[in-house]
Amino acid sequence: MADIVLDHVSKSYPDGTVAVEEVDLEIADGEFIILVGPSGCGKSTTLNMIAGLEDITSGELRIDGQRVNDKAPKDRDIAMVFQSYALYPNMTVGENMAFPLRLAKLDKAVIRQKVDEAARVLELTDYLDRKPANLSGGQRQRVAMGRAIVRNPKAFLMDEPLSNLDAKLRVQMRTQVSRLQKQLGTTTVYVTHDQTEAMTLGDRVVVMRGGVVQQVGDPQVLYDSPVNLFVAGFIGSPAMNFLPARLEESVLRTALGDLPLNDRLRGLLSRRDSPRQLILGARPEHFEDAALLDDATRARGAQFEASVDVVESMGSDKYVYLAVSGDRAVSRDLEELAADAGAGDVGTDGGLVTRLSVESRAREGATARVWLDLDKVHLFDPETGSTLTVDQRPSTPVPG
Amino acid sequence: MTTIDTSPRAKWRWGVIDLVVVVFALIPVLWIVSLSFKTTSTLTDGNFIPRELTFDNYRTIFATDQFVRALINSIGIALIATFVAVLLGMLAAYAISRLNFPGKQALVGVSLLIAMFPQVSLISPLFDIERRLGLFDTWPGLILPYITFALPLAIYTLSAFFKQIPWDLEKAAKMDGATQGEAFRKVIAPLAAPGVFTTAILVFIFCWNDFLFAISLTSTEQARTVPAALAFFTGESQFEDPTGAISAAAVVITVPIILFVLFFQRRIVSGLTSGAVKG
Amino acid sequence: MSEGARAERRLGWLLCAPAVIVMVAVAGYPIVYSAWLSLLRYDLKFPERREFVGLSNYAVVLSDNYWWTAFGVTMLITVVSVAIELALGMGLALVMHRTLVGRGLVRTSALIPYGIVTVVAAFSWRFAWTPGTGYLANLVAPDGAPLTERAGALAIIILAEVWKTTPFMALLLLAGLALVPDDLLKAASVDGANAWQRFVRVMLPVMKPAILVAVLFRTLDAFRVFDNIYVLTQGANETSSVSMLTYNNLIRGLNLGIGSTMSVLIFITVAIIAFVFVKLFGTAAPGSGAEGRR
Repeated sequence: MADIVLDHVSKSYPDGTVAVEEVDLEIADGEFIILVGPSGCGKSTTLNMIAGLEDITSGELRIDGQRVNDKAPKDRDIAMVFQSYALYPNMTVGENMAFPLRLAKLDKAVIRQKVDEAARVLELTDYLDRKPANLSGGQRQRVAMGRAIVRNPKAFLMDEPLSNLDAKLRVQMRTQVSRLQKQLGTTTVYVTHDQTEAMTLGDRVVVMRGGVVQQVGDPQVLYDSPVNLFVAGFIGSPAMNFLPARLEESVLRTALGDLPLNDRLRGLLSRRDSPRQLILGARPEHFEDAALLDDATRARGAQFEASVDVVESMGSDKYVYLAVSGDRAVSRDLEELAADAGAGDVGTDGGLVTRLSVESRAREGATARVWLDLDKVHLFDPETGSTLTVDQRPSTPVPG
Repeated sequence: MTTIDTSPRAKWRWGVIDLVVVVFALIPVLWIVSLSFKTTSTLTDGNFIPRELTFDNYRTIFATDQFVRALINSIGIALIATFVAVLLGMLAAYAISRLNFPGKQALVGVSLLIAMFPQVSLISPLFDIERRLGLFDTWPGLILPYITFALPLAIYTLSAFFKQIPWDLEKAAKMDGATQGEAFRKVIAPLAAPGVFTTAILVFIFCWNDFLFAISLTSTEQARTVPAALAFFTGESQFEDPTGAISAAAVVITVPIILFVLFFQRRIVSGLTSGAVKG
Repeated sequence: MSEGARAERRLGWLLCAPAVIVMVAVAGYPIVYSAWLSLLRYDLKFPERREFVGLSNYAVVLSDNYWWTAFGVTMLITVVSVAIELALGMGLALVMHRTLVGRGLVRTSALIPYGIVTVVAAFSWRFAWTPGTGYLANLVAPDGAPLTERAGALAIIILAEVWKTTPFMALLLLAGLALVPDDLLKAASVDGANAWQRFVRVMLPVMKPAILVAVLFRTLDAFRVFDNIYVLTQGANETSSVSMLTYNNLIRGLNLGIGSTMSVLIFITVAIIAFVFVKLFGTAAPGSGAEGRR
């Protein structure tokens, strides 16, 4: 077990493309850290550099305080779980798990005992003599995990280990991975493009984009205080709503109407030289049916009327899609997110996604009076994408 | 045809069609086998099935130096050429399927060119060059062109096989603590072996089959292979009628091929088609 | 460029080097050398008269009747045998793909002609058609000797070629056949296409790339026809192919100048055929960057 430090680590290719740029990250001993971002953001490259499967172009990688840039993967004492599981098809489950131990020239009896132990933990005891080809997807995934835990390495690296499983199994395995990591207390770096996995699994989450770290922090911090449009749009499902907004004397002019600036917003905006044209971000749960609120709460926010497009009742609450006229918010960050999500998903083409309580009477085709919590809205600079409503800090400090 | 008709009638129909295919494929082979067992007196009776059986023809050819020598040449030359071609092909195919380097496409193009090359175009320069270098009528004199013409075949087939290997496994093995060498020996080699073996069979068949180089680049028993020797049984032979002897010799060099085909049918098919169609 | 990429590049070259060296030394250099030889008067029977004669060898060969006869014979054999092979090969591929009984047996026996030494098969056909010896000799006409007349001999050469290489053609086509999705055929029959229409309208278009590759391979291969002719007729009765004629000039006639000229001409012809296939029909040469295209 060990801590892992990435000190200005960069990776560039001969044709000049930069895959990873100046990543600075301190991963504490025993921490479960998630690298998340759309495909091509450099998260897998970063993982491969930690593994030693790809060269580090510049910067320093330290494991346990030791520089390991030039060490071969086998000398770093870390285990990896691959997206494809990478089980050796010519070996049985038992032989697969024993392979790293055999390479380490351990005693036969010790190997036997360690493999049995790992198989017991992962409920693979009955399958030890089978070939990987005769296993289900979930079982293969567990064998891959077993091969990683069996030799008790300094760290686990996991490259989208659950993405080949079906939705239900993925949820089950997610819990199992989390439990296993807590049990073993082994430092773990986990790569995923799935923001739900990122939110639920990690102690801390690293959001990457185009090879650059956007924000590092506790999942809740990322959710509550995204530093830019990209992080705001990437974390959370359904995604944050974005609307163009214009800053007038003491109001924000938006398609929802003129929103008054409360003390919080006024204070934040006055602190710097803010542009007049802004992007307003609001999470679905920060809307509510105005009819259900008391006056005190109502006063904290703004109300507007909009026609209801679609109502989806989830049982616990309702997703109400509102049609809002006017332009959609435009920014490079949002375009990138839309491209990654398969276009159109982010910003909901002029519409708003709101999460209202089940008591709401909103009906499709009718008009609803909706309230927005101004204490929770975010404002972003469309040019740079960075937030105007959160204290600008590149990353939260390492806990402990 | 959409819902497969499995009625007895359909089975009979397919059975008849299959039979036609099998007969068409086997008749020339059976004929030469039949000839090889005929006695001198019945050799010219035109019967498909021999009326008297004899091993005389086999005894005769194995008693002559001409044939035994040619057989040794055939086996030795084909084995060495196969070994070298597969070895060099493996190195190149690994690079083509795994590494990025300028000139890769050119290499693939050039080897395609050679595969399509009219071999006779090489006869005149090779004849001249080999005579000067003293390679004419020697084993290396045949092995070299065999390697050259087998290489494209080997490179194609092997790259097609290598591309199917899940190379993640190599990374996984390294993460599991293997050195580059161990990763290759313990994980990749067992997976690559079937492809290499299949390629070796195809290359061997190719070398074993050659006739043009064998008659052009040899002049004596020293390096003449069986196909070339067969052609010379006819002209300057000490036998009265060489038909029986030729047939027996032909059967002897056909047996290994038949065995390959019988045992490795599936592999040969996959090898032939992977190199040619998938690309 | 990073150290890793440079190392990868070096390793790539290093691994390919042995194969490249062999191919350049044993095929590349000789072909250039043969182009040079074709510009010389160079007869091994009169080596002292070796001298540079420019293109006059080409004039000699191209105005020679033997050359054009051999060229015609080669073209005839190529076109006819490839056409027959394509038809039979398609049939054989369908049989191998669809047969209900004995699929393994059919595939195994189909491979035998591919594996057998061409010379052996050629002898089998020769003896079969030899009067007195063969079971086929009297098939066409009693007391006939088909191998000693031009038409009969050419027909037998084509027969031998077809027998030997149809399985190879069939295997290439079979691989293409496997790419035709079953659902597509089902959809076509739901849409009202009968078996023939399904074959022509659905299967053939999907298989087109595989067919073109197979035909290209076989055409270039058939153009080199040599072994069968050598054994069956020795080129008698105007049945020589260009390869046969070249061989005779080189090894029997020891005329390196003329032989090399013919070699170069054959090489050019083959290049033209390949070029026509690739450019006109859009045949994707295997490995020519068509990766991933199927």
